[in-house]
Amino acid sequence: MTSRGTTMAEALNTALRHALRDDPAVHVMGEDVGTLGGVFRITDGLAAEFGDARCADTPLAESGILGTAVGMAMYGLRPVVEMQFDAFAYPAFEQLVSHVAKMRNRTRGRLPLPLTIRVPYGGGIGGVEHHSDSSEGYYLHTPGLHVVTPATVGDAYGLLRRAIASDDPVVFLEPKRRYWTKEDWSPDGPAAPVPPIGRAVLRRPGTDAVLITYGPSLPVCLEAADAAREEGLDVGVLDLRSLVPFDDETVCAAVRATGRAVVVHEASGFGGAGAEIAARVGERCFHHLEAPVRRVTGLDVPYPAPLLERHHLPGVDRVLDAVRDLQWPSATRARHGGEPYAVGA
Amino acid sequence: MTLQQTTERAAAEPRTPGRDPAPLLPDRRPARVLGTPAADAVDPALLRELHRHLVVGRRFNEQATALTRQGRLAVYPSSRGQEACQVAAALALRPRDWLFPTYRDTLAVVARGVDPVETLTLLRGDWHTGYDPVEHRVAPLCTPLATHLPHAVGLAHAARLSGDDLVALALTGDGGTSEGDFHEALTFAGVTRAPVVFLVQNNGYAISVPLAKQTAAPTLAHKGVGYGVPGVQVDGNDVVAVHGVLSAAVERARSGGGPTLVEALTYRLDAHTNADDAARYRSDDEVERWRAEDPVTRLETHLRAAGLLDEETGRQALAAAETMAADLRRRVAEEPAVDPMELFAHVYATPTAQLGEQRARLAAELRAEAGSR
Repeated sequence: MTSRGTTMAEALNTALRHALRDDPAVHVMGEDVGTLGGVFRITDGLAAEFGDARCADTPLAESGILGTAVGMAMYGLRPVVEMQFDAFAYPAFEQLVSHVAKMRNRTRGRLPLPLTIRVPYGGGIGGVEHHSDSSEGYYLHTPGLHVVTPATVGDAYGLLRRAIASDDPVVFLEPKRRYWTKEDWSPDGPAAPVPPIGRAVLRRPGTDAVLITYGPSLPVCLEAADAAREEGLDVGVLDLRSLVPFDDETVCAAVRATGRAVVVHEASGFGGAGAEIAARVGERCFHHLEAPVRRVTGLDVPYPAPLLERHHLPGVDRVLDAVRDLQWPSATRARHGGEPYAVGA
Repeated sequence: MTLQQTTERAAAEPRTPGRDPAPLLPDRRPARVLGTPAADAVDPALLRELHRHLVVGRRFNEQATALTRQGRLAVYPSSRGQEACQVAAALALRPRDWLFPTYRDTLAVVARGVDPVETLTLLRGDWHTGYDPVEHRVAPLCTPLATHLPHAVGLAHAARLSGDDLVALALTGDGGTSEGDFHEALTFAGVTRAPVVFLVQNNGYAISVPLAKQTAAPTLAHKGVGYGVPGVQVDGNDVVAVHGVLSAAVERARSGGGPTLVEALTYRLDAHTNADDAARYRSDDEVERWRAEDPVTRLETHLRAAGLLDEETGRQALAAAETMAADLRRRVAEEPAVDPMELFAHVYATPTAQLGEQRARLAAELRAEAGSR
């Protein structure tokens, strides 16, 4: 990372600015998104540029925010809702599950809801209680929603543009600990392709195993792959970018090419995205697998206090341990100095 | 004028929540027209139209309940006794306005002009929403209580931002006013001054729970005060009064006056649904007292006294009711056409690959089923 470049927060801000500029139906709304520019400054300057109807501060009531956005979308607008933090989005859960996800279906396609729900999610920022949840599991289990999460600056811009333009409701999960990381990226630059929603991307090729991940865990996996290289293992990293729709094709291609896979995410493991991914890979790639698909996830505990969160979050060492545990043939094992590392995770 | 310009203009209008709560408070007595001198000033054509809708509406409730006994409807939450609210709600709106009903408001939907069979699709079970909400400007019948109220606010707010003078009328019940979304909807309506009207049909019970266990508020209309929304109480079995109060609130909203909360005092003469046993929570005496306040009878009493209900008018209303009922019986008796493949048709704009796989699997199951017959 260089000191120059663009942060993910800036890229998201640019995506919103361009969406507001290009489509008068787009309306940004949420708590503190107007004058303040959002607690993470993602909406900085938008109210000044587009007026406080196009970028509107709302009362502090998440169900009301999303419910109002549903009505606005019914009228034909394209609301982009900001939920201030992952765990503060829960009051809106009923609106999301009972209306946002179902409106197109229950009305036989007559009332599609083109709305985007931005949710800063995940931990690692030293946040106090209720500021660090990884809530994707609740959303991806709900038919009718798209669940998208960028891991890079370029994807943050491109996927948010796609989400806002989509005629389906999109839960757009922003890895908040990645907000301030910079990349050499510009929205006007040639290196700014807009990825379609639902396509995973191989961030790093590898022949021995693949790490399947998304959002805040991508840098962890890239670092783990670097470390594995030093141990003589060529480990690839796949960034899902979208949990719904799920890109079985790209995931299975990566698994078939290596025969070994580890799924990495911050959310608790039990009943989580990793369980679904491991099951899908098992169903589709069984005969290509040299080892069971391993999961490296957050612990099955309520999100810990800041001073304890490093023990909860999947780190490079846990990922490496899982990689080492993928039933390597003895020749490979010998490279690690004998027995495979036994992990309890 | 572009959409952007109109939205900026709308946002620039001053908000006047009003510091003095007095104008927001409901009158001590519910508004009433029938049985008062004001009734004589009402347009006879309106009275006849209201009457015809009430007679047809009563028949609709009775017929739909009968259809549950014949197994043709899975369930029917009757609005018998609440027909004045149902009819007045529909008739207070212009064609471009939107109605946001609950599951008990099928009659309001029918009175607005939606086909009765399409209205009952939810309760018949062949799909969730059977009518086209956009064509009729009627939101889906909402089952999770009060969750549709913010939708009405949002739609009305969006219309106002776009320079469109439509109004949204949202229906709920006494129990619904305890839900968080009721309060969040009023909060947003008050702040945005959205052109929305809330009609609370206070029928005294949320299934079995009486109002005294539901709230300690002085009246449900008082609940508007905390949100800067004026509250109005009306005799909910006086169709002329409900129509008058709602029409005034709708036109006030249309002209930029902001939202209104209307509480109509009424009574559900039938049980919560055909699956409910109302005898477990209310007395026959109570039901009899409310029968004396029957909204259909009350209007007919006035019409007769005013010489507006001759034999021919009454006969025509009954004939319209019987025609509707016969049509409903005949069409609901037909086996509803359902297409299992439609399960996948409306989940996403573009079906996911996973749904494609599941669709193929169900198609194969259906082929196998057809082959084994």
